[in-house]
Amino acid sequence: MAATERMAGRRRLANALPLFVLSPSLLMVTIGVYGFMLFSVILSFTSSKMFPRFVFTGFDQYERLFTNPRWGVAVQNIFIFGGLYIVFTTILGLGLAILIDQRIRAEGAFRTIFLYPMALSFIVTGVIWQWILNPGLGLERLVQSWGWESFSFKWLVDPQMAIYTVVIAGVWQVAGFVMALFLAGLRGINTEILSAARMDGAPTHKIYTRIIIPALRPVFLTAFVVEAHLAIKSYDLVVALTKGGPGFATELPSTFMYTTTFTRNEMGLGAASATVMLMTLAAIIIPYLYSELRHERRG
Amino acid sequence: MKRILLSTVCAVVLGLSAASLQPTQAQDKGSVEVLHWWTSGGEAAAVSVLKQDMESKGVAWLDMPVAGGAGEAAMTALRARVTSGNPPTAAQLLGMSLRAWAEEGFLGDLSEVAEPEGWDTVIPEPLQAFAKYDGHYVAAPVNIHRPNWLWSNAKIFQENGLTPPKTWDEFNQVAEALQAKGIQPLAHGGQNWQDTTVFDDVVLGIGGPEFYQKAIIEADPEALGSDTMVKVFDQMRKIRGFVDPNFSGRDWNLATAMVLNGEAAMQLMGDWAKGEIIAAGKTPGVDILCTPAPGTEGSFLFNTDFFAMFDVGEERRPAQLIMASAAMSPSFQETFNLAKGSIPARTDVPGDKFDECGKQSMADIKAAQEKGTLMGSLAHGHAQPPAVQGAMFDVVTNHFNSDQSSEEAAKALVEAVAAAQ
Repeated sequence: MAATERMAGRRRLANALPLFVLSPSLLMVTIGVYGFMLFSVILSFTSSKMFPRFVFTGFDQYERLFTNPRWGVAVQNIFIFGGLYIVFTTILGLGLAILIDQRIRAEGAFRTIFLYPMALSFIVTGVIWQWILNPGLGLERLVQSWGWESFSFKWLVDPQMAIYTVVIAGVWQVAGFVMALFLAGLRGINTEILSAARMDGAPTHKIYTRIIIPALRPVFLTAFVVEAHLAIKSYDLVVALTKGGPGFATELPSTFMYTTTFTRNEMGLGAASATVMLMTLAAIIIPYLYSELRHERRG
Repeated sequence: MKRILLSTVCAVVLGLSAASLQPTQAQDKGSVEVLHWWTSGGEAAAVSVLKQDMESKGVAWLDMPVAGGAGEAAMTALRARVTSGNPPTAAQLLGMSLRAWAEEGFLGDLSEVAEPEGWDTVIPEPLQAFAKYDGHYVAAPVNIHRPNWLWSNAKIFQENGLTPPKTWDEFNQVAEALQAKGIQPLAHGGQNWQDTTVFDDVVLGIGGPEFYQKAIIEADPEALGSDTMVKVFDQMRKIRGFVDPNFSGRDWNLATAMVLNGEAAMQLMGDWAKGEIIAAGKTPGVDILCTPAPGTEGSFLFNTDFFAMFDVGEERRPAQLIMASAAMSPSFQETFNLAKGSIPARTDVPGDKFDECGKQSMADIKAAQEKGTLMGSLAHGHAQPPAVQGAMFDVVTNHFNSDQSSEEAAKALVEAVAAAQ
């Protein structure tokens, strides 16, 4: 009798222990992440300037936000940048992964080379590309000095084209990482199916389009979510590469949020822009999490 | 045995450190903690003048330099310190942000030193408007920079038989003449504050001081959308044509270097450019000529660094007052500004140790004070609160970097200012 009671007590303790150990970090996350998210949302409904002020003004800040031309440019840019960034990193990542998967020699060395940009911070990437793309210092000058006098590549200083330089630098940084994701996916495919397909006489390109790429579906999803959140969070890359310029042609929502909140003393407006960013991210991440979790429960 | 040895060592170390602490404690009058972003060579040297002065008076100086982004990083750090209830003794602030801090009620009262020392009689009134809040001093101004200067390479001008332009029409003629000879007329960096530094000069030069007062200082919608403003933007478009194609994002000091090396003939920049000129072994006023920006002679735009004194409680107050007094002393203002390239914030400091450009600044500010044409600079945070200033930056820099028409730019300016107010 006493023994079973002791057993039950121990079991209860064993059940409670993980929760007990997790509670400090759980508390930190609740306050530090979700609490402050809520705080930002609340701030976006106030007229806060330099410091939080709880004078509620309804949707005023959102109205001001969406009539602000700089925010308009930032939103347009995030669609251009985000779209191209996701498409190009996925294509390049998949392409590199397929090439590396051909049982080539020195695979490890190539993998490291392609993954290496990921080890750099975005600031470093931004500065490097700023030098490369600067017409007076980098590529343009180099090619002209080789004798092609009329060569011109001025995207970095052209307000219409500057956002594409951010795409170039961003893709360069992350393509290798996406390659690693796809490579892991490729190595996970059951070779028996591939052998069976070959036995049936399927040509190589058919094997890729009909078997391998469909089998990589979960990897595509992961890659998309990683790229999408990197795109929306992009801040340091723009700061180092163009500082938002020329003019404010390469402003992104994140740089807009920082300058409005911290240098222009418009905390309410900054919070409104942060909330819009959060909602956009949530719209991408929540369906993904939902489908993943449902999958897990079924499995 | 080991333990005895250890405790002896500890005791000796403690005894030694206590002994070494004693002499400083004897004359300790507290300490001041100072947040600033003077981290470059000349500026750091200028600050250490005050540091040594304070230490000779028995006040310890806790330096809190925050580098980066022309004070942006420092402002973020300051906000974190103050909201956590632990403000520094003093912080370097520019006019409009100083006023914002004062309005939030975080600053102390310096009347105890300001009144007996007669600050009112030596500080120009437009500066007092920032240094005082609610009738009492909350900050000590340490310098006056003049953003409306035109720096010209003397050799280029001499070789081509030109003189530095005095009006914007002359400027256009000179620039076209230089361009015809294949010389880059203007060195400029495409950053919003640099674009706006030029804009300030054009507004003042084309519209005159009354127009500057109305449009920039009072943000009067009528003036902002007026025909004069359209003309201002027309001139900005012309200036865009005198800049090299590779100007985007260039730092101001690199633009100054272009004038120094003879790669460009002129730069519109504040007198902090002197630091670069001196560092390159040239003499301001001789190798690189300084003249008021075209059309702005007789007016003086200013940009002043203040030591804002926070409300720190009785315990830290005596040291704070010593610092306020030391920062305003004529000897400090002289040495500090000689190192920094600006002129003293108090008008009774003799100018004989300053260079040609400094002397001219000191004479011009007196004249401008009498005429009432000493006005705050928009580009450098002395005309509009950060929200409105930022909105104006956006319009100016967007016009400069696009093919927007002058009429549209003037209209956008009115709308942006109204939306930010």
